[in-house]
Amino acid sequence: MKEFVLIFRTSNNADFKPSPEQMQERMNWMAGIASQNKLVDKGNSWSPVSAKTVRPGNVVTDGPYTEIKEFVAGYVIVRTETLEEAVELAKDNPVLKSGGNVEVREVLKREINN
Amino acid sequence: MEEKATSQQLLPHLFRLEYAKMTAVLCRHFGLQHIEIAEDIVSETFLKATEFWGLNGIPANPTAWLYTVAKNKTKDFLKRQQLFDTQVKGNIRTEEQQPAPDLAFTQQLFNDSQLAMIFAVCNPANSPESQICLALQILCGFSVEEIANAFLAKTETIKKRLLRARTNLRNDDFKITTLQEDAIQPRLDTVLRTLYLLFNEGYFSASNNHLIRKELCSEAIRLTLLLAEHPLTNSTKVNALLALMCYQSSRLDAREDEAGETILFEQQDKELWSKELIDKGNYYLVNACLGNEVSKYHLEAGIAYWHTTPTDNKKWEHILQLYNELILIEYSPMTALNRTFAFAKVYGYDKGIIEAEKLQLETNSYYQSLLGYLYADRDVEKAVGHYKRAIELTKSAKEKRTLLKEVERLKSSSTSIK
Repeated sequence: MKEFVLIFRTSNNADFKPSPEQMQERMNWMAGIASQNKLVDKGNSWSPVSAKTVRPGNVVTDGPYTEIKEFVAGYVIVRTETLEEAVELAKDNPVLKSGGNVEVREVLKREINN
Repeated sequence: MEEKATSQQLLPHLFRLEYAKMTAVLCRHFGLQHIEIAEDIVSETFLKATEFWGLNGIPANPTAWLYTVAKNKTKDFLKRQQLFDTQVKGNIRTEEQQPAPDLAFTQQLFNDSQLAMIFAVCNPANSPESQICLALQILCGFSVEEIANAFLAKTETIKKRLLRARTNLRNDDFKITTLQEDAIQPRLDTVLRTLYLLFNEGYFSASNNHLIRKELCSEAIRLTLLLAEHPLTNSTKVNALLALMCYQSSRLDAREDEAGETILFEQQDKELWSKELIDKGNYYLVNACLGNEVSKYHLEAGIAYWHTTPTDNKKWEHILQLYNELILIEYSPMTALNRTFAFAKVYGYDKGIIEAEKLQLETNSYYQSLLGYLYADRDVEKAVGHYKRAIELTKSAKEKRTLLKEVERLKSSSTSIK
């Protein structure tokens, strides 16, 4: 089994507040993965407002890193045999319905004798 | 003759009730290392009762009689021991002599001793199964045969399990004589888990003995109640567990017909649900919600609460939400399947089937019967296939009969359509 981080990005809209239905949908999605015993870390959600970005030269700007017109909203870690399987899990995430996207990345395990 | 008959009826009842209490009190005096001494004295007491009551009839206050005998036997034992220590071993240290025990057998002493005993028995060095066996024997006064019956296991297996568990118990340096918070807190979770499993053993057991199963449930409640009534252990988690047990127990009589066959939730006569136990469940659930803590017992009690209110049309949405949170706290195949059932109730059976098939628990009988249930109105052939696999997989004869009935019903209804 391998572990994959699912990174959620949403469009640059700090005022966005999920509706109860959207929250329920997200919860269903995550519990569905947990029901398959594939959830490693349910992660957490990151505030789009209470955020600063630190740059070289003692430059600190307000807000999250939004150079690419979207920001990271959170992550979860899943456990599957293959990358493809992790991608299948990501496809059902409700963030896709509201213009967001999910990046799937394998967690590399550092091997001691390698 | 008549009195003889009554003493034979009364003794097993008193035994079950007083054996554990007496052992706990005496064990607290002698220490865990000498649990056998305590048990011997209690056994001798009951033996004497059998003989004496059989000949002379039951005394006016049987319980008091038992405790007087136990007290005297303890004094005799200590006298003998002291004699041995001072004269045989030549070990004369009068100033260190143990004071005569103050075995006043008060309610407070009972409660403290039994509570201490619960924590001693739920020793993390033992596996959860061993802890339950030990709890049944030491805390509930069950015989090896009764434990074997409840677990559907061989008596030899249970004996071996108990022997190993008792060795660990003796070697444990758990201080049973004084109840102290720092000794209790680290073990509270283990204790709750064991009581939870003890209850489930009764509630979901494959054993056909309805009486034994009911007794397992009520013993689990009795012990959890001890925790809830003691200031050292009365936490919100304990109340949540107690609420869960009360709600579940409220349906004990409604879920079996006279022949001992299972009646499914949806077909139960709700009039048979115990209103009293539901009220108690509500009481403890309110207590459980006084803090901020949300444990798995809170969530399960919440689910059980919604099951006792059949009229609310949002019921399944609430239940699904609670199962969602529960599965995030702790994965188990059973939680996953129950959650999927609730999901199907909220979003329809078609979506339920998709969600269910993702679980891939092919060798789990409940997985197969869940799919059978969800397919029943959509694809009789598939439903029957799943039910048949469930019948092959289940170890419970009762479950098998219930499923077979369902298969017959589906087959006959599909032929009548054609």
